[in-house]
Amino acid sequence: MNNEGMRSPLGRASGLGSAKNGVEQWWRERVSALALVPLTVWFAASLIVHTGSDYATFIAWLQTPITSLLMVLLLVGVFYHTALGLQVVIEDYVHSGLKTFAVLGMRFGCCGLAVAGILATLRIAFSR
Amino acid sequence: MTNSTRKRLQPLSPNIQIYRPQLTSVLSIANRISGIALSLYAVALVVWLVAAAAGPHAYSTAHVFMGSWVGRILLFGCTFSFFLHLCGGIRHLIWDAGYGFELRTIYASGWMVVLVSSALTLLSWILSLVLAG
Repeated sequence: MNNEGMRSPLGRASGLGSAKNGVEQWWRERVSALALVPLTVWFAASLIVHTGSDYATFIAWLQTPITSLLMVLLLVGVFYHTALGLQVVIEDYVHSGLKTFAVLGMRFGCCGLAVAGILATLRIAFSR
Repeated sequence: MTNSTRKRLQPLSPNIQIYRPQLTSVLSIANRISGIALSLYAVALVVWLVAAAAGPHAYSTAHVFMGSWVGRILLFGCTFSFFLHLCGGIRHLIWDAGYGFELRTIYASGWMVVLVSSALTLLSWILSLVLAG
């Protein structure tokens, strides 16, 4: 695709305008949303089924391979989608120089929480 | 016409404070608020998983909190936020595919989001309470 085709010579020379990846974040948010529909519905249904279960039953459920797999996918999907969504919220309301730091802090937080959740899931999956 | 009167007659841009809330605008901000709430509940999900990985003692502490009144109210908020964001998100995905932009359809799908998310929240809690015994 020729992105320069629609630009005026002045526009081309000044190099201002979109960073050419504006649609990327929007698209990633939709793809992760689509993936999260079955994953979150599975998780909600599982929680309903496990209401009142004791610790051993709950751990046994988390240790089944399919549950471990879906839980890791859920954590990746949730924190990926959260990072994209919260970034839009921050960019809409924070206009000071704090904006970049707020987005960075939020991203680091999402990465850390996702890794913590995945490690906890794997630790349960591989215990004994 | 003096400069000051002309200034006063200039049309104002739409301002959120003077707008009557409509289903469309309320659902739009509700999708964002529920998304932000779910981000916080995602933190709770990780705390809960880490507690489960830490052992029965930490897990029972988390479990006792979830069973308390504060915990239950928070869990109810989580359930409603989740179904609202899920249904609202599916409505957005349908729009993104290019369908459902007629005014009648927008209001029909909007009321459907309200009804379905409320019904699923109540159904989840009824099922959950029945299964817990």
